[in-house]
Amino acid sequence: MTEGEDMQKILEVKGLKKIFYKNKVPFVAVNQVSFDMVAGECLGLVGESGCGKSTIAKIITHLTPPDAGSVLLDGTETLYKKGKKERELYTKIQMVFQSPQDSFDPRCSLGDGIMESMRNRGFRKAQATERMYELLDMVELEREFALRYPHEVSGGQCQRAAIARALAPEPRLIICDEATSALDVTVQAQMVKLLQRLQKERRLSLLFICHDLALVQALCDRVLVMYKGSIIEQGIPDEVILHPQKEYTKMLVDSAF
Amino acid sequence: MREKKIVKDYTKQKMLVFGVLVGMVILIALFAPYLTSYDPYEQDLGNALLPPGKEHLLGTDRYGRDMLSRVMVGAQSTIFSALLLVVVITVMGSMIGIICGYHGGKLDVFLMRLSDIFLAFPGMVFAIAVASVMSGGIFNAVVALACISWPKYARITRSQVMAIKNMPYIEAAKLSGSGTLKIIRKHILPNIAGAIVVTAVLDIGTMIMEIAGLSFLGLGATPPTAEWGSMMSNGRSMLQTSPWVILAPGTAIFLTVMIFNLAGDTMRDILDPRQRKG
Repeated sequence: MTEGEDMQKILEVKGLKKIFYKNKVPFVAVNQVSFDMVAGECLGLVGESGCGKSTIAKIITHLTPPDAGSVLLDGTETLYKKGKKERELYTKIQMVFQSPQDSFDPRCSLGDGIMESMRNRGFRKAQATERMYELLDMVELEREFALRYPHEVSGGQCQRAAIARALAPEPRLIICDEATSALDVTVQAQMVKLLQRLQKERRLSLLFICHDLALVQALCDRVLVMYKGSIIEQGIPDEVILHPQKEYTKMLVDSAF
Repeated sequence: MREKKIVKDYTKQKMLVFGVLVGMVILIALFAPYLTSYDPYEQDLGNALLPPGKEHLLGTDRYGRDMLSRVMVGAQSTIFSALLLVVVITVMGSMIGIICGYHGGKLDVFLMRLSDIFLAFPGMVFAIAVASVMSGGIFNAVVALACISWPKYARITRSQVMAIKNMPYIEAAKLSGSGTLKIIRKHILPNIAGAIVVTAVLDIGTMIMEIAGLSFLGLGATPPTAEWGSMMSNGRSMLQTSPWVILAPGTAIFLTVMIFNLAGDTMRDILDPRQRKG
């Protein structure tokens, strides 16, 4: 994908900051992070564990409040919204979590989990069920899985269901927070293929948070490298991997290949 | 060569047996007025303090009232007030626990410090104080015991809620557009209900004893109401001359508490296998 002025910006993150306090000692998890995403883009966000990647995802999805900064979706501020406005946000942004089994209620079937967002938006039961089956087809999961519980399916199958759930409100942006990290390598490859296909078919924007540069290279149009809460390098994955500018990026590249 | 014994798991059979026993106790209590052969309140001074025999299976008390009838009718007030008490404290305690655990913040600090105060106090002493201020009556005894018993449930529920409220599936529910109430009702309550129900069932026995205890002290049921605690209290001066007057309600308490406790234990084994004893 080429950068252009006419490309519509879907997400603008500006000066995001988050400080955690542990025993009253401040720890800057996210420090002045700014980046943009254009519609249909797949943006990779790499960095080691604890560098603040997931915190950024949680701030964008309102699961954690930031200490400073703003997040614009289609040019409108999304932060500091409550109630109905906040719920509207979740029809545009969805997230796929790291551990698939933990992201489904152990006492609800996968189908119920996928239908929850539709039921909340006032779909009738029959309508929601039909749409849920379509979503299962889309993520190449057999329809009988709707009745299974999270502990009865494999990690890969569960993550497919999680992707189906994320697709249910027809969002424009999906954040994958280490969505492939808990899966083994062959399943990872299937998952990347699935995400690639869905992204093309539905013109989705993907924010792909990951610590594996190879996966990012395979999937993303652009990559941001994060280190200790700040973005230290960004560019096209091939270039970043071949000509890393920063010492940390070199180290990351060396350990991945 | 030593043969290794395979121990069969009898949990389900045990649950059936204790379930039937609990059911029987509750049914007897429920239909006591229709099952008794004597009026439990009719005095017959000519037949006072008869020992157990053909006419009166458990003897009579000092007013000539049939002990068996009184024990059966007494089951009603003792067991049902204990059940009411457990339901009240379970609902109240877990509601407070959910608010504290899910909401957090200053309200949580305030309610938890309040519960600390209650927990730091000897419970029965506090219940006696509350019950005597409210001047007796079995309903007031229930209120007094509810005042001191809710913190335990609030604590258990709060810790359970705190343990699961940051699970990804709660976050996923939020992303699905579910509001706080729906998340609590659909995703939090079903996942913590097991622990609360087990605690509640295990507490029924304790509550029967505490209600009987308050009545024994004259702060629960008022005479002439048949209630096990007050019946024991009435008979305590005759322990040496006519022991059946105190033994009948005493045995009733003992058996009922045991049945409820064993049922609770088995229920815990089924609902919460992690806490199982070896």
